[in-house]
Amino acid sequence: MWGFVLRRLVWMVPTLIVISIISFIIIQLPPGDYLSSYIARLEALGTTVDQATIDALRLRYGLNDPIWVQYFKWLGNIVFDGNFGYSFEWRLPVSQLIIERLPTTFLVATCSLLFAWSVALPIGIFSAVKQYSLGDYFFTILGFLGLGIPNFMLALTFLYISNRYFGLSIGGLFSPQYLNAPWSLDKFIDLLSHLWIPVVIVGTAGTAGLIRITRANVLDELRKPYVETARSKGLHPMLLILKYPVRIALNPFVSSMGFILPGMISGEVIVSIVLNLPTTGPLLYAALLSQDTYLAGAFVLMLAVLTVIGVLISDILLAWLDPRIRLS
Amino acid sequence: MTDGPIISIRGLEVAARSRHGMLRPLRGIDLDLPRAATTGLVGESGCGKSMTARALLNITPSPMRITAGSIVLDDRKTPPVDLAALDPDGAPMRAIRGRRLAMIFQEPMTAFSPVHTIGNQIAEMLLIHEKLDKRAAKERSIEMLELVGMPNPRQHFDAHPFKLSGGMRQRAMIAMALACKPDVLVADEPTTALDVTIQAQILELLQRLQQELGMTVLLITHDLGVVARTTRRVAVMYLGEVVEETTTEALFDAPRHPYTQGLLGSVPRLGSRRGKRERLPAMRGSVPSALAELPGCAFQPRCPKAVAGLCDVVKPQMAEVAPGHRARCLLYPEVLAASVALEAA
Repeated sequence: MWGFVLRRLVWMVPTLIVISIISFIIIQLPPGDYLSSYIARLEALGTTVDQATIDALRLRYGLNDPIWVQYFKWLGNIVFDGNFGYSFEWRLPVSQLIIERLPTTFLVATCSLLFAWSVALPIGIFSAVKQYSLGDYFFTILGFLGLGIPNFMLALTFLYISNRYFGLSIGGLFSPQYLNAPWSLDKFIDLLSHLWIPVVIVGTAGTAGLIRITRANVLDELRKPYVETARSKGLHPMLLILKYPVRIALNPFVSSMGFILPGMISGEVIVSIVLNLPTTGPLLYAALLSQDTYLAGAFVLMLAVLTVIGVLISDILLAWLDPRIRLS
Repeated sequence: MTDGPIISIRGLEVAARSRHGMLRPLRGIDLDLPRAATTGLVGESGCGKSMTARALLNITPSPMRITAGSIVLDDRKTPPVDLAALDPDGAPMRAIRGRRLAMIFQEPMTAFSPVHTIGNQIAEMLLIHEKLDKRAAKERSIEMLELVGMPNPRQHFDAHPFKLSGGMRQRAMIAMALACKPDVLVADEPTTALDVTIQAQILELLQRLQQELGMTVLLITHDLGVVARTTRRVAVMYLGEVVEETTTEALFDAPRHPYTQGLLGSVPRLGSRRGKRERLPAMRGSVPSALAELPGCAFQPRCPKAVAGLCDVVKPQMAEVAPGHRARCLLYPEVLAASVALEAA
């Protein structure tokens, strides 16, 4: 088991190097850079920028260096100083910008994930065990509705209903009066009263998909001979389902978990914008729009690294769950 | 045998509604399992052998269920009980399943959960039925593994099924089935998935355990060689019915039903007088599907001896054609008389 983890860790190093190169190339791909679009904007406002200033700025940001020098500077700063560069748009260090938004991002993402799982797993198992029953059809219809309705649409509907009929301020994660207040019980309750909306909205789409996957996986497993063996032993039907088919049906589930981690950071951009959530999604979106090179680059790199880490975690979990992987 | 059978199946039917009509894999099985002996159940694929085994444990795969008949288990220690009348998932049925009636399956690879150790799966049997703690269950499981001839039983207790060879897996399967010392063991094609040399070992093991433990065994197989070697009595099945039932010697010496005759005729024999170029006789066609509804005798369309106007009209009943030898074929006057009498009634 430990050898397996070690092997995977060693393999991560070249993967990450390649990823950093590709990320850097991607952020350099669009023509021009932030400086040229910044100067263009200033000139559009009537300010003339003399060549000396431009040259000074270019030198300061190292934009004249050969591209591989820029790459090593960029990567060197990240690896040795944790410095992801400077956001031209926000005039703040990139790391500070992202770190500010990380706790809320992970809070929303984790809660929606837990919501989706705790709803989808029992329903998926029920639908499989009672295949073609009234309950199965009901949840199938509900699931497809959840899958079919775009999230932003659901978000807008929620906003409208809660504001029009309940007079609630929704959007954001806090009411205005708590926004800059220190933490207190009231602030926490206020957070909870806002949090459930993005959690339910983001969770619904995921729930629908998860129900289908769980149902299909459990159905596959229910037909396996080992289920019959367990029945022939006189095991209680409920315990049987949980011990055997569900346990094995979790494998594909776990192996897809690697993609949840990057999804937490980049996911649900539109919902976050609609609901005005202080998460990283809208920040990434804005950075890409304004060619904020280092901010966008930090995101691209972070997403890639999180994918690699996520895959590692799900591989480890899978090995832990399934002895066939761990021992062969 | 002065003693009554331990299991007595009467008029057992298993059916399910399907899109294409009524599926009827079992169409009225009558079968007795003599106590502490091995009975063979033979027939081609699709004749309902495996369904009979599952019905016996009341684990017919959904949506199949027992629709008629009775399965009376009489172990002489407790009052006789009709298994067919019990709720398949209810506590009384579950208390019998595994403890008094156990089963071993054809494919020991897929019949074990791939992610649990065989020890876990054997001990589970003991934890369900006997008030044992985990440590005691483990010790008993290791004893069982030893009993079935598993090398290094203590180490193999923690092995996963995929780490074992086919023969070892089947040994583990037998250890699991016998963990609670059941009265009846149903073995559904226990050697079909194994190499020939391993087959012999497993059959020997089953025979030895049957004698040592005084178990009743129902051995389901399509391999007549296996039947000849291990069973005392044999029942031949065709399309959800038993068509012939007698002692093993009688079946091989003087098969009465044309279907049995066909089955025996299609087995190659060493040193037979047939010329080299002669082909092995094979039966025409195959078993009709469980959906089929045939008038008269179910085997009649494939039967070389069928009499038009009789076999495709009158439904044959099971009747004694020789002492201790029952068959379901209208060519025998006893069967004809019984069948006509029933039709008239």
